[in-house]
Amino acid sequence: MTEPQASSGHHAPAGASYATRLARNRLGLWLFVVSDAFVFVGLFIARMVLLGPNRPELLQGLGLAVTAMLLVSSFFMNRAEVEMAHGNRPAFLRNIMVTLVLGTIFLVGVVGVEWQLAPFGPSDGAEGAVFYSMTGFHAFHVFTGLILLFVVWNNGRRGLYTAEQHWGVEAAAIYWHFIDVVWMFFYVGLYLMGTPA
Amino acid sequence: MRFFSTGLFRGLVAQVAGSVVGMAFVMAARVLMGEPAWSREPVIVGGMIIGALAFLVGVGSFNDWFKWARGKQVSDEITVDPNKPSWMRYFSVDYDHKVIGIQYGVVSMLLLLFGGTFAMFFRTELATAGIDFLNNEIFKVLLGYEPGPVGLLSGGAMMPNPEHFFNSLMSLHGIVMIAGILLGVGAMSNYLVPMLIGANDMAFPRLNSFAFWVNVPGALILLSSLLFGGFDTGWVGYPPLALRAPLGMQMFLFGVYLIGISSIAGAINVIVTILTMRAKGMTMMKMPIFAWAALATAVLQFSATQLIGLTFQLVMLERLLGMPFFDATAGGDPILYQHLFWFYSHPAVYVFILPGLGIISELLPVFARKPLYGYKWVAFSSFGIALISFFVWAHHMFVSGMSPYLRIPFMYSTLLVAVPTGVKFFSWAGTLWQGKIKLATPMLFVLGSIIIFLLGGVTGPPAATISTDLHIHDTYFVVGHFHDTMFGGFIFPIIAAIYYWFPKMTGRMYSERLGKWHFWLMFPAFMLLSNGMLLLGLQGMRRRVVAYDADLGFGPLHVALTIAGFVIFFSMILFAINIIRSARKGPEAKDNVWDSRSPEWQIASPAPLHNYAQPFEVVGEPYDYGLQNSPYVNMTPAGGSATASH
Repeated sequence: MTEPQASSGHHAPAGASYATRLARNRLGLWLFVVSDAFVFVGLFIARMVLLGPNRPELLQGLGLAVTAMLLVSSFFMNRAEVEMAHGNRPAFLRNIMVTLVLGTIFLVGVVGVEWQLAPFGPSDGAEGAVFYSMTGFHAFHVFTGLILLFVVWNNGRRGLYTAEQHWGVEAAAIYWHFIDVVWMFFYVGLYLMGTPA
Repeated sequence: MRFFSTGLFRGLVAQVAGSVVGMAFVMAARVLMGEPAWSREPVIVGGMIIGALAFLVGVGSFNDWFKWARGKQVSDEITVDPNKPSWMRYFSVDYDHKVIGIQYGVVSMLLLLFGGTFAMFFRTELATAGIDFLNNEIFKVLLGYEPGPVGLLSGGAMMPNPEHFFNSLMSLHGIVMIAGILLGVGAMSNYLVPMLIGANDMAFPRLNSFAFWVNVPGALILLSSLLFGGFDTGWVGYPPLALRAPLGMQMFLFGVYLIGISSIAGAINVIVTILTMRAKGMTMMKMPIFAWAALATAVLQFSATQLIGLTFQLVMLERLLGMPFFDATAGGDPILYQHLFWFYSHPAVYVFILPGLGIISELLPVFARKPLYGYKWVAFSSFGIALISFFVWAHHMFVSGMSPYLRIPFMYSTLLVAVPTGVKFFSWAGTLWQGKIKLATPMLFVLGSIIIFLLGGVTGPPAATISTDLHIHDTYFVVGHFHDTMFGGFIFPIIAAIYYWFPKMTGRMYSERLGKWHFWLMFPAFMLLSNGMLLLGLQGMRRRVVAYDADLGFGPLHVALTIAGFVIFFSMILFAINIIRSARKGPEAKDNVWDSRSPEWQIASPAPLHNYAQPFEVVGEPYDYGLQNSPYVNMTPAGGSATASH
């Protein structure tokens, strides 16, 4: 949503420096994150209203496994950003690739496996509505996050980022961590809270 | 035909092609899943969504972002091709905030025209007690067929009966007006905010342009709902009716969703622009007051809008996949919809009015030649209203069946809104007090706004108090109250703003004579309309009904309201004539028409491509009208090349 990179040659008419634009981009992205969080809060409220003290019957082992994958991916995302800030491009590329792979495993685990194995479909009562909408909205965000990661990896491979100027990497990292934090709440809401109906 | 080389034309072609591709895609997917290829709703909705995306690709909103994704550099310099006529900029992607502001404004006015036209239809119908106008004859004239099973798109009942047609027009009137108002808010924020705070553009010009263009497919899809059977839920779209309404419901849901995306993207842009791009010396407390209003509006827009986006998606999913969020018979909860919906839609009405109230505060000192009374209080009152608005939503639901004890806190929080709003009225009265008032057209509309908004204000508490609301809920009293707030809080102020900044936009003067005609027709007609609505409501006239019992004695008032409605419509035509004619051949305006202290009037009209050739410095208070030697801005500070950041 925000301008990922300040181009070096041309500047806005005001002649804004990279630092100024970085500050604006950061503010803009954080505002977007706050805004987007309202969607997930709304979904969580829907879950509380519709299911209350119950929770859908899901595969606990699978849920724990994909959650672990996503958590660990955030660690590697952080490593990638730090390595870029230190100007270590090979390590940056390695770490971001690991993040990409872990994120993909998460997506496949939720959409490809859990959706197939769940004992109910999207139209089977409130459980189905809540489970598929919460995981679906989140999976869509993971999917867009993976696209962002791929773009950043690809541009990093071509040497577009430096230790001083790598807003694109930072933006992807903020977005990725945000998706991860959202899942922490959703995992609790779907797998841990309450008793199976 | 140069129109064929504009972004708009490419976008429209892409939208048609995208819709076809999207429909084919859904049909192919259905065949792969072993289902019959054609199912009306999923296929058409699939086409609608892909079509909207295709419009944005076609118009060119994504071009620079795609380049970034591929690691290419793009130029931030706004360049204008001198070989193209200047009108073409307005029909293509352009990053200049002034162009985008006018784009917003024009589309906003078009939507208001559509919404007003719908109103004229059902207002005419309401002049008589029975169904005498929107009957089968008018169907034949308007749509070329009688109600009944016709057509590929309709797949059954396009407009099953006159009552449904009335309900669809009434629902569309509401939501199209709201779309027009949201775009009008975007017009004011985009055109004014950068100029008022001394910036040369918004913080994110590409996002700004995207935020405008996403409205175009949104508005087209919204209006297209009439072709797909309309929807009879009113603009609130409550389930379970929304789950059973014709396919047009999906156009309503998705059209509003797209316009919501525009709100969110635009609001983020406004917040970042105001917080980081103010001129040197312009502290928050020295900003022109409209910037405060725009900031408070943006805070509401960027957060609450997500809830209506989510809610409408859930209804779409329920209709498409049968996920029972809001169907009580399958484990859902219709009240949940109302909570999620009003959590946006109540703050939304403050989104509609806060910029307008900002315009009133901005223009009053100029025409009263006096300082704005209580600047800080006015600035904070905008934020007070915005903050309180998050805690009042359930006052729309006193009769919904939610827990009765919840009504009490929501009643009190709602009444609390009167406090910051009262601060604004106090400031306006204080500003007018002993002022040297000049009654130019913008000032007439500002004064009209204050009177009308006051009516809207005092009719609010009866609707917010549980004991009275139980009687007036869903009557014309509420309709009258709402029209008072919208006309006083948005319609009159934006008209004032258009007249006031018209010389800045075009370099020409509008016709003062036609402007006065506009006001003196519209203001009394509206007073009749809204007071008549309030009166009818107290007499027990239900809202959203096509016919009423002739013996109830509503007839004469309804006739008067219909006439008043047509006078308002006619006065708006005068407005359009005035604006279009003056933009083309009005007399040239001098640079500072209104002797304003504001920075945008210190530069040439129309404003140059990059607003300020050199950054200015704020050296005083914005509204010290009448004080000698108290300049607000120094347009040529020493060492003029200093950067504009704060």
